[in-house]
Amino acid sequence: MNTTAASSTVERAESKAPGPRPRVIHPRWLRLTHWLNALAVVLMVTSGWRIYNASPLFDFRFPDEITLGGWLAGAILWHFAAMWLLVANGLLYLSINMATGRFWRRFFPLSPGALLADLKAVGHGRLSHADPRCYNTVQRGAYLFVIIDLVLLVVSGLVLWKSVQFPLLRELMGGYETARYVHFFTMVALVGFVVIHMAMALLVPRSLLRMIRGR
Amino acid sequence: MNEPKLESLLQDTGPARPDRRRFLRGSLALGALPLIGGCSISDEPLVEKALLKTSRFNDRVQAWLFDPEQLAPTYPESMITRPFPFNAYYRPHEVPRVDSERFRLQVGGQVAEQRPWSLAELRALPQTDQVTRLICVEGWSAIGKWGGVRFSDFLRRIGADLDARYVGFRCADGYYTSIDMPTALHPQTLLTLTFDGQTLPARYGFPLKLRMPTKLGYKNPKHVEALFVTNTYPGGYWEDRGYNWFGGS
Repeated sequence: MNTTAASSTVERAESKAPGPRPRVIHPRWLRLTHWLNALAVVLMVTSGWRIYNASPLFDFRFPDEITLGGWLAGAILWHFAAMWLLVANGLLYLSINMATGRFWRRFFPLSPGALLADLKAVGHGRLSHADPRCYNTVQRGAYLFVIIDLVLLVVSGLVLWKSVQFPLLRELMGGYETARYVHFFTMVALVGFVVIHMAMALLVPRSLLRMIRGR
Repeated sequence: MNEPKLESLLQDTGPARPDRRRFLRGSLALGALPLIGGCSISDEPLVEKALLKTSRFNDRVQAWLFDPEQLAPTYPESMITRPFPFNAYYRPHEVPRVDSERFRLQVGGQVAEQRPWSLAELRALPQTDQVTRLICVEGWSAIGKWGGVRFSDFLRRIGADLDARYVGFRCADGYYTSIDMPTALHPQTLLTLTFDGQTLPARYGFPLKLRMPTKLGYKNPKHVEALFVTNTYPGGYWEDRGYNWFGGS
């Protein structure tokens, strides 16, 4: 990737970046980390639901049919295996994203005013996906939101896994019991994002193709 | 290993009862070690093998993360959870009744002084107590106050080989488990004789419970009647059924 591109030259920089194919919107590393992340999220969430069922925080359980692991020990085995994929892949994504400068070009500037204006446009069904090389403000906000949400999910998960060994994180999360709620609600937010994200991808099928082929 | 009778297993009353019942039904049907029954993906033996390998890897990561100096938080007595939850793979009325007069703690393995200990002798050793949070593998937690002999003191007193890898436990209810030596020597690891200032009640593990606030609940054996120091991996009741061995917190 070209790291010198200022925001005005983004389009040229990205379109000539990797390899022979013209107009690559999503570089290969991005597509790879995106789908690995999707896999990790599915494994983590479905096994996490099974773990939740062992001692529910609220007056409901997740139907066993949509959980992973078969019973508590199986779910924990999945959860603590998939966590390595989630974290390793997430760190890879963040470091390449930052090192190439893509993170700053794609997600910023992000102003509350522009976000509100774009959200209104969504309400009227007029939000533009016309230029795939440029995220609209709602996209910027949503993707940044889910990155921050995933970081919180991982940190609260670390506190649940090792509350004695990570005292600083434990206090940051408000103690072990509060960390359970943080972990739960960041999961809810993640699932909410995934539902909307998938709906949008189906509404604009070209965007899904681009995340597979890059163009 | 003296496994509990199946009848008592099926009368499990822990909060995770449906899961364990399901597991037991699976084990009756398939015989061997069906860790992750009920899910088509993980019925694959290769997947199961990979998951168990990762669990062993996680044991090593936890041993590396474990800081022998790092203390678990302690709480004021006003925060003790009352009533403190009962948790076992059987109902409260099935708790083993141990005769306090006849009880002897058996000590074996790589230990210089292999004589049994009576309760009176254990009570005569220097005692300490602490209010800590017990975290269950199921997710819930409860704060309790346990008192007894610092386990590191006891291990030194019996001349245990402190370079050995494991300490194993066998219990009056058929339960068994094992821990790593660094955790055994942690200052908050107690061979407890009391709960909440009283003689340890039967439901919480009379006469002896090993209490470690640095490990999950299933690693804290109740009704301990024998312990041994060894370099041979002893496993554990739940650990042999798929729970992570280190089970650290």
